[in-house]
Amino acid sequence: MLEEINLHMHCGELTALIGPNGAGKTTLLRAMVGELPHSGTLRFIHHGNVETTMPIRIGYVPQKLELDRTSPTTVLDLFAATISRWPLWLGTRKAVRREAGEKLELVGAEQLLNRRLSEISVGQLQRIMLALALTPVPELLLLDEPVAALDQGGMELFYQTVSKMRQEYDLSILLVSHDLTAAAQFSDRMILLNRKVLCDGPPREILLNPLIRQTFGFGYTEAEIDGRRSLLTGLKHEQCALPVEVKS
Amino acid sequence: MSMWHALIMSLPFEWAQYDFMHYALLAILLITPLLAVMGCLVINNHMAFFSEAMGHSALTGVALGAIIGLGNPAVTIIGFAVLLALGMVLLRRFSALPADTSIALVMAFVVALGVVLLSRGGGFAKYSQYLIGDILTITPKDLGGLAVLSGVAGVLWIFLFNAFFFVSLNRSLASSRGLPTAFLEALFAVLVAVVVSVSIPWVGLLVINSMLILPAATARNLARNTRRYVLGSVIVSLLSGVLGLVCSYYWNTATGATIVLWACGFFGVSLALRRR
Repeated sequence: MLEEINLHMHCGELTALIGPNGAGKTTLLRAMVGELPHSGTLRFIHHGNVETTMPIRIGYVPQKLELDRTSPTTVLDLFAATISRWPLWLGTRKAVRREAGEKLELVGAEQLLNRRLSEISVGQLQRIMLALALTPVPELLLLDEPVAALDQGGMELFYQTVSKMRQEYDLSILLVSHDLTAAAQFSDRMILLNRKVLCDGPPREILLNPLIRQTFGFGYTEAEIDGRRSLLTGLKHEQCALPVEVKS
Repeated sequence: MSMWHALIMSLPFEWAQYDFMHYALLAILLITPLLAVMGCLVINNHMAFFSEAMGHSALTGVALGAIIGLGNPAVTIIGFAVLLALGMVLLRRFSALPADTSIALVMAFVVALGVVLLSRGGGFAKYSQYLIGDILTITPKDLGGLAVLSGVAGVLWIFLFNAFFFVSLNRSLASSRGLPTAFLEALFAVLVAVVVSVSIPWVGLLVINSMLILPAATARNLARNTRRYVLGSVIVSLLSGVLGLVCSYYWNTATGATIVLWACGFFGVSLALRRR
């Protein structure tokens, strides 16, 4: 399904993965979290080229949030099941409650702690999933079309939160997006994927690449992009201590 | 056990004077909480139909026991259910059919196979005890086995409940956290198979699934978090179990089905309270 995938991601860098439907974007992410079998390797290179095979901590916000909305599960239950071994039916430890509260506060959702999943909106759920993906703080954060179900305001709020998290925790983020303009606006680097990596580079360079027109049926001119320069300022990242390398 | 007899004998009821009722009551106190906690996870996993198939597979298990010549077919009931559970986990993973369709297929097969094998020579009637179950025939030795099973399940509920629960919420998310999702799903399926098959001689295969699903469904109507969901399910199943046993004594009815009617009553009440 996917071949010749060779990606280097640096921490503090937000990489946007774009591509047509069926290009294998979600498949790549699911392989990276270990849900799908693959022949590639995920290597984690520490500062000074020291390489580890230790599984890296991955935060993942899946594309389809197929959570059962009829279950009495609360947001706190979701956190407790994820980060604590203390059985849920015996209640929740204070430390777990505190940690969940802190992470929810980061995404502006602390008031949702005791709500049931049936009582929250799609946008709120996306922010909760982001908070959950940040608990504990991962080395690599994978976001699969996290804003597909959000309106413009919800989308901007989500991306702002992600940008803030990236700076705060020096995270390496891989974001799958259908929205080329938004992806270009918030990422440092874009990768065009269609079964294999077609091109990889700074957002401006990628948007001008003729492959974009070939793939999507529309393209961008320099004038258009310069007109949207404010969109493409891409936050600078610092030299990274923990780059991640994905090979297949 | 003598303390248990003394305790129940001290109750001022007619039924409390009989040893078989003491054993049955103890069995209910062991089985119902086990089924209640498991039921919560079965509903979360959308496995209600799966556990129904596990119950029905007992027909084939009994038949295999009879063919091999076992006096007590417990081993073949459990063994066949476990194999079937693992087979169905694989089928769910690799089959293109919707889960409910593949379960219906498997259930049709195991019921038909069991009935064909058991009805050879017109002898099906003597196996009808497995359809209805009889908790009043439970022996102290059976109770020992149930206690061991409850102990094992209790330990699993302490150490693995969160993991089972997380996998039931979202598989991809659980994978990304390093949980062995395939293993946990298979383990849970086997656990359902074992608990259901062990309970069948006492509860009956026609109603076993209701005892698994109804208390949890009742608690789900009212619970505001997972803790209350599980504890509510345990309380409803204990209440239905004890009330059902006592009522079946006075009404002279099958205990398993009487318990299920009580559970249905509680479910109705919970539905009314939820609507309010």
